[in-house]
Amino acid sequence: MPARRPPFGAAGGGPRKGAADRARAALRRSWAGPLAAAVIIAAMFPAQAAAAPDPARGKQIYDRCLACHAVAHDRVGPRHCGLKGRQAGGLPGFEYSDAMRATGFTWNNQTLDRFLADPLGVVPGTTMTYDGIKDARERRDLVAYLLSLPPCGGR
Amino acid sequence: MTDTQPDIQAPDLPAEDSGLILPRRSFLRGAGTLTLSAAAVAMLAGCENAAAGSSASVADISILNTALGAELEAIAAYQVGAESGLLRKPVLDLAVQFQGHHKEHADVLAKTVRSLGGRPVDAKKAYDFPVDQLKSQNDVLGFAAGLEKGAVSAYLGAVPLFQNRDLAKAAASILGDEAMHWAVLRNALGQNPVPVAFVS
Repeated sequence: MPARRPPFGAAGGGPRKGAADRARAALRRSWAGPLAAAVIIAAMFPAQAAAAPDPARGKQIYDRCLACHAVAHDRVGPRHCGLKGRQAGGLPGFEYSDAMRATGFTWNNQTLDRFLADPLGVVPGTTMTYDGIKDARERRDLVAYLLSLPPCGGR
Repeated sequence: MTDTQPDIQAPDLPAEDSGLILPRRSFLRGAGTLTLSAAAVAMLAGCENAAAGSSASVADISILNTALGAELEAIAAYQVGAESGLLRKPVLDLAVQFQGHHKEHADVLAKTVRSLGGRPVDAKKAYDFPVDQLKSQNDVLGFAAGLEKGAVSAYLGAVPLFQNRDLAKAAASILGDEAMHWAVLRNALGQNPVPVAFVS
């Protein structure tokens, strides 16, 4: 009759336990150096450690805007094609709030990042009554997508 | 949360022919029994006691009017879908029912704006929808699903801004209704109806 195997996680006898412990210790030693280095590098260079803006991911985040915005059409909010370098409140034919027209913003990385973090805080009186994209990485990806949109065709 | 599904999809097979006929039809029939909570309507309509003309109510009116504008556009979008000739029963009935929900939302939002001393925004004379991209039932469903998903996010982004907590609660109630629309539309498209644990 074969010997019954111990259940997972149970001690399987003196010699077998000792070998397993030695293997685990060796594994810890082999990973300890590289892991510590990675942690130190990430702490020293947080900006470099951050992922580059990802417009493809930003396009997915843009789904959150689709109740009010579209790329090619004005809706409750203005269309976003050709947004890069556009004067805030400057799209002909769209009825902006006075607050938006008065900002003097030109849409770029900095202004979009600031506005999207807290629309009503940055432009009190805007009709974009949305709490904002609070996650900095999500915001960076969304801004990258918005700034990648081509000029509006035929408008 | 980010959903990896594009908003307008054109699968090879129409929804009825994609091998999920019985489960989805059953699901759609079940969805037809759901209605927006009358309590939610009462919550919004019962906000006459808010201090009309205060700075808080002015801020809330702005939020309500933005939501109203989006609801009016959603009503128009469902009208385009219903009149497209692309929707077949029971999907057509579902679209009409969801449009009815949006009409209820819009009515109560407009009443609340008035009760707070504001002027509700009007529907636009014309809306610019991507009708040239709507060539099948699934295109219409995908377009509607995108609008509903966006509506969920819009209400989620509005809820924390309300000065009046009753209005925030009522907006959350509408958010729940929009999320149900989104899930049912995804199911009708043969997609996972609830792809994530959190909405954003």
